Amino acid sequence: MKQFLRVAWVVMRKDLTVEMRSREIVYTTVFFAASCVLVFAFALVREGRPLEDASAGILWIAIAFAGTLALGRTFERERHTETLRALMLAPSDRPAIYLGKLLGVLVLMAIVEAVLVPMIGLLFHAPVFARPLWLAALLAAGTLGFASVGTLFAAMLVRARSRDVLLPVLLYPITIPVIIAGVRGTAAIFQATPDEPMARFWTALLVFFDVVFVTLSLWTFEPLMTE
Amino acid sequence: MTRIFVPLVIIAMVMFAFAPLVVASAPLEQTMGLVQKIFYFHVPSAMLLFVSAFVCGIASAIFLFRRSAAADRVALAAGELVVLFGLIVLVTGPIWARKAWGVWWEWDARLTSSLLLWMIFVAYLMVRRFGGPGSEKLAGAMALFGMANVPFVYVSVNYWRTLHPKTSVVMTLAPGMRGPFWFSVAAFTILYLLLLTLRKRLEDRQAMVEQLYLAVEE
Repeated sequence: MKQFLRVAWVVMRKDLTVEMRSREIVYTTVFFAASCVLVFAFALVREGRPLEDASAGILWIAIAFAGTLALGRTFERERHTETLRALMLAPSDRPAIYLGKLLGVLVLMAIVEAVLVPMIGLLFHAPVFARPLWLAALLAAGTLGFASVGTLFAAMLVRARSRDVLLPVLLYPITIPVIIAGVRGTAAIFQATPDEPMARFWTALLVFFDVVFVTLSLWTFEPLMTE
Repeated sequence: MTRIFVPLVIIAMVMFAFAPLVVASAPLEQTMGLVQKIFYFHVPSAMLLFVSAFVCGIASAIFLFRRSAAADRVALAAGELVVLFGLIVLVTGPIWARKAWGVWWEWDARLTSSLLLWMIFVAYLMVRRFGGPGSEKLAGAMALFGMANVPFVYVSVNYWRTLHPKTSVVMTLAPGMRGPFWFSVAAFTILYLLLLTLRKRLEDRQAMVEQLYLAVEE
């Protein structure tokens, strides 16, 4: 178990070190997320006021889009430098490699969200700090659910043809429950009087989704990545 | 299955030939009238849509963990049938909805979850088609995850909206409708089994031809 976590930690640190040198994914993804918010703002803001619940929707759409971009780029880098095989040849548990990759993606997405949330609060007058703990819980659980499925699919797609197109094609139908739960839960706490029981229900659903899909991913990573 | 295949084909043909008569003989529903007849196609197809999704998911899991090529061929056949029966559901549903609710599409729980399940399996077929060599495994994971996703889609969409007649309507059918309904379910199930076997057999033959080619080249 200790060895397992150590490998995951090393893989994550490797990814973040590479990223820190170029900052390619962070810069492009944050900028992309911000452009997404602007695009939706033009569609959903009328006479200076956003439509009801629009801010929660925009936040989660931007997270999903930016997340897809980050997932694709993380594995494109491994493919480009042909290091995925080296990673797979490492004498360690395959699931530990998955976990390390997942942690790396989660850190990247957390950085994007740290920029997105204040931006949503500023541009759409959303009360993002009304229930900070609930919002953090929803974001953490939702991001984990999205990234756990996404990391597995992106890893498998490295070898596939037309991988750029196939990642969103596969990922979005599967992660629809995450988007519904994230948007509804966030909308519940953005209301004038935050609806805590509703937020609790959606957070619970997200946590349940995380447990099932992280387990399933750890379980299928080994047979999927064996040639 | 090979021995009973031909008799089953005959039974299915007879059943489908008789189906219009059986459906016509069922009593007219009081409020909806004639449109309700679509129910005899819609519900059996919806049942098989879900059954087939589970067949595909389980076969994919067996393929992934046991490396059984035969299971993968069953999964592909079932995956295609999900899309086929899903198409029947998604075409007959709106026709009925137009008459009963006055709109073609409503963002109702059951409609949305069927659409999402259908989309997962369309994506499954797309990976198989466009993923290039080695994409069966990826498709297998998609089917497995899609199957695991069914309860989540169901709960989340259910909390999001609901309008569709409850599935318990099947248990409370008028006595005159019960016979024709289960007749339709049986006919569709036999059709499903036939299509599944036929499609699996086609894949088996294709695999065999490929092996023979390889043997000749060596």
